[in-house]
Amino acid sequence: MTKIIEHLEEATIRFAGDSGDGMQLVGSQFSETSGFAGNEVNTFPDYPSEIRAPEGTLYGVSAFQIHFGKDHIHTSGDHIDVLVAMNAASLKVNMGNLRPGGIIIANTEGFDERSLALAKYSSNPLEDESLSKYQVHAVDITKEIKTEVKDLNLPSKIVSKTKNIFALGMAYWLFNRPLDPTVNWINKKFKGKDETILANIHVLRAGWNYAEKNVAFQTQYVVDRSSLSPGRYRSITGNEAVALGLVVAARKSNLPLFLGSYPITPATDILHAISGYKKYGVKHLQAEDEIAGICSAIGAAFGGSLAATTTSGPGLSLKTEAMGLAVMTELPLIIVDVQRAGPSTGLPTKPEQGDLLMAMFGRHGEAPMPVLAAASPSDCFALTLEAARIALKYMTPVLLLTDGHIGQSSEPWKVAALTELPEIKAHFAQDASAFAPYKRDEKTLRREWAIPGFEGMEHRIGGLEKEDGSGNVSSDSVNHEKMVRLRQHKIDNIANDIPEVLVEGEQEGDVLLLSWGSTYGAAKTAFDRMRANGEVLSFAHLRYMHPFPKNLRDILSRFSRVVLPELNMGQLQLLLQGKYLKPIIGIHKVGKPFKSTELEEKLMNILHKNEILA
Amino acid sequence: MKTQVDDLLARPHAGNLVYTAKDFKPEVDVRWCAGCGALSVLSPSQRLMPDLGLPKEKIVYVSGIGCSGRFPYYMDTYGFHSIHGRALAIASGLKIARTDLSVWVVTGDGDNMSIGGNHFIHACRRNVDMNVMMFNNEVYSLTKGQYSPTSHRGQITKSSPLGVLDDPFNPVSLALGAGATFVARGHDKDRAQLQGLLKRAYEHKGVAFVEIYTNCRIFNDGAFDLYTNADTRDNHTIFLEHGKPLIFGKTKNKGIIMDGYTPQVVNLDQGDHSISDLLIHNEKDSTLAFILANMTYSEDLPRPMGVLQAIQRAPYEERVVNQIQHEIVTKGEGDLQSLLTGETSWLIA
Repeated sequence: MTKIIEHLEEATIRFAGDSGDGMQLVGSQFSETSGFAGNEVNTFPDYPSEIRAPEGTLYGVSAFQIHFGKDHIHTSGDHIDVLVAMNAASLKVNMGNLRPGGIIIANTEGFDERSLALAKYSSNPLEDESLSKYQVHAVDITKEIKTEVKDLNLPSKIVSKTKNIFALGMAYWLFNRPLDPTVNWINKKFKGKDETILANIHVLRAGWNYAEKNVAFQTQYVVDRSSLSPGRYRSITGNEAVALGLVVAARKSNLPLFLGSYPITPATDILHAISGYKKYGVKHLQAEDEIAGICSAIGAAFGGSLAATTTSGPGLSLKTEAMGLAVMTELPLIIVDVQRAGPSTGLPTKPEQGDLLMAMFGRHGEAPMPVLAAASPSDCFALTLEAARIALKYMTPVLLLTDGHIGQSSEPWKVAALTELPEIKAHFAQDASAFAPYKRDEKTLRREWAIPGFEGMEHRIGGLEKEDGSGNVSSDSVNHEKMVRLRQHKIDNIANDIPEVLVEGEQEGDVLLLSWGSTYGAAKTAFDRMRANGEVLSFAHLRYMHPFPKNLRDILSRFSRVVLPELNMGQLQLLLQGKYLKPIIGIHKVGKPFKSTELEEKLMNILHKNEILA
Repeated sequence: MKTQVDDLLARPHAGNLVYTAKDFKPEVDVRWCAGCGALSVLSPSQRLMPDLGLPKEKIVYVSGIGCSGRFPYYMDTYGFHSIHGRALAIASGLKIARTDLSVWVVTGDGDNMSIGGNHFIHACRRNVDMNVMMFNNEVYSLTKGQYSPTSHRGQITKSSPLGVLDDPFNPVSLALGAGATFVARGHDKDRAQLQGLLKRAYEHKGVAFVEIYTNCRIFNDGAFDLYTNADTRDNHTIFLEHGKPLIFGKTKNKGIIMDGYTPQVVNLDQGDHSISDLLIHNEKDSTLAFILANMTYSEDLPRPMGVLQAIQRAPYEERVVNQIQHEIVTKGEGDLQSLLTGETSWLIA
């Protein structure tokens, strides 16, 4: 049978089903195989906060989306090209994002009367006309699997768990993907369980063959290899990247690593990863609460560790007093906030950039702290190292903002070569005779790090204001003002030690699109597309939120209009307007990442209709 | 895995290792009120330090907020005056990261039983090797006189002008219930006894909790007089000694027997009971420790002082180190580059 081969620049596939259907697993397999096949990839796992929501319900749908392409893949995809729907509910909740003409692969077993009722369908969409605008492949996966494996004599318990693998096999056919990476993975994952291996490999091939033989599957899509720079790549999520970044930062600074943390969505994966790093000599404490998480890290920092605490919004709220203590005691500390939608418990599994102002100011008194924001999963690695560098060079806590989106989504990451990464220097006190706890290095204004065990440097630190130099408790207001200014100056001064903002496109002109944190993906995609279409606008991205890069004022002043999309109600907008007295056009959204197309639409209106958005 | 911190700490101690109490007195004014019970903990602490045989740079005092919080400033060791209630969390991180240190926590009834209550119970169960001195004056003093979690029902304070309505924690019962391995009680009127208890706490491997009755002359003066003044304490307290019968009284004429599960006072002068009938203290008996701790607020029984319990359980930080060692021995020291590369990677030419 002749099949048509069509080349695509990019595509987005979404695997959706019940929480127990194994969608995250096949999603990550598809993602790794796409990376293996040389594509740029960006993924997003989208699962409910409920652990095992009742089967078949709309709120129990778990999904994994993969956006892959030849080049410029910065988001997990605006619209779905291929939707794998294991049941009626997963079709219903994802239809809205399916591109007209898109492909649906539906597992008919999940469209029985009960499933349709749970998904609130009055008639079966696979049988009525409601999906006529799409290419629908309705497959009875269970029946196909049973036919395929009937001669293998496998326990039905094992076979019934391979429906997702069959769907993966069909998806691989659709995009002409190699099966080897997943076959290897199955062999490794189920080592020792021969029947499971046999069943899964057989069913994977069966899925592929089903599509190959079925006349309804007419077209195979090919996404060509991308132009990624040569080297070894792996898939990495932002949370994995933070965990690896912490271990590497400890190694490069030649310090022991201590993580004090408390489980919280969506940051817990960092704790999971670090807790498995024992053979790298890492110590971690799953503390009794968020406060103990940061306080134990402060204690470890006092003792000479590279110390970190990881959390999300509600946890950051609880840590604020201790962050002030870290500012006052001028100890190095890395605080990672994987932002989620708030306020309060909010939407634990949905991303937002609502913690920026808390990161900046959420401490009583004048308590300045460097704040960094990662742009992408792999940027989490780079910025964790940067946070460690700043913390140790300036003896200060540093706050790294990521969010649930980049924390959990993945992209190919060119594996860092340990030997090529720069050393990070820690500045321990050397000379007991010249030691004073708050004596400062002239250039960086950092105080010396004298840890218990250093003979002749016994001293006391704490939350009370300290006398400049001696570090003795002081309630003298003249000294206090001096210390407040010193601490502020120390942080402001870091602006001289960080990269300047780069502008893509014209270096001056009408419109500058400015992004920060995870909005990078959608903003950059929109910018690239608009430039390719001949639009005139420029683009810049901020990773250093405090202090700002020192050329930022100049850059803002070079453009008539600055457009700033944020997943909040305008927090960076407020900061920039306040600091630089430059009106900023904000684009605000909450609880969900931007689509590049929606930014593009807004930018087109701004460019051509002179629309000013509030 | 060795780091530069190991190298820095491996430098030999150059100075004298023979100390006197004076070596632990920094050149600062002690700013507690005259007659404050805390002063009576400071001097036994300074006197104890030379006995430990430790280089003083290996000793760290960590405190929270309250009058007790000032303690680290008055010890010429390393010190950390932290924030309200969090001393134990900070000290736990420090000790887990630095098993070579002798870590002392100074806290109070408000700091430790109220705002820091969660850290306290978890420190007890986790059993990090540190010595916790809780100054109990049954009042908030640094905020000038409000009732605390150890104040008594009916107690008149600035925030309970008509009397406290809630019932107090019994700190030693709380510590035992939360799983503390070493639990003791002392007071500010017998410095030699207190120094002995602090030494026991130091020698104990694991969390050592010492409740110390400290009189607040300003906001709760005389709260413990019955149990601490020389003329009344013998009849109203009993000092527990491992392996010895529970005997007390000015003339050592009273003892404790068990009536079922209930301790009872008997008079040894009346001929009905002799020393051989008395309950024998056993620090390693956790059930007994609970019974003794519960004597605390009884009107008919003497208040127990001394070591209520001293049992052994591997300290947490030792388990952390052992887990790491075990992992390295069984799987080999981790190769960080292969961790970075991950299980699945691919080459782009």
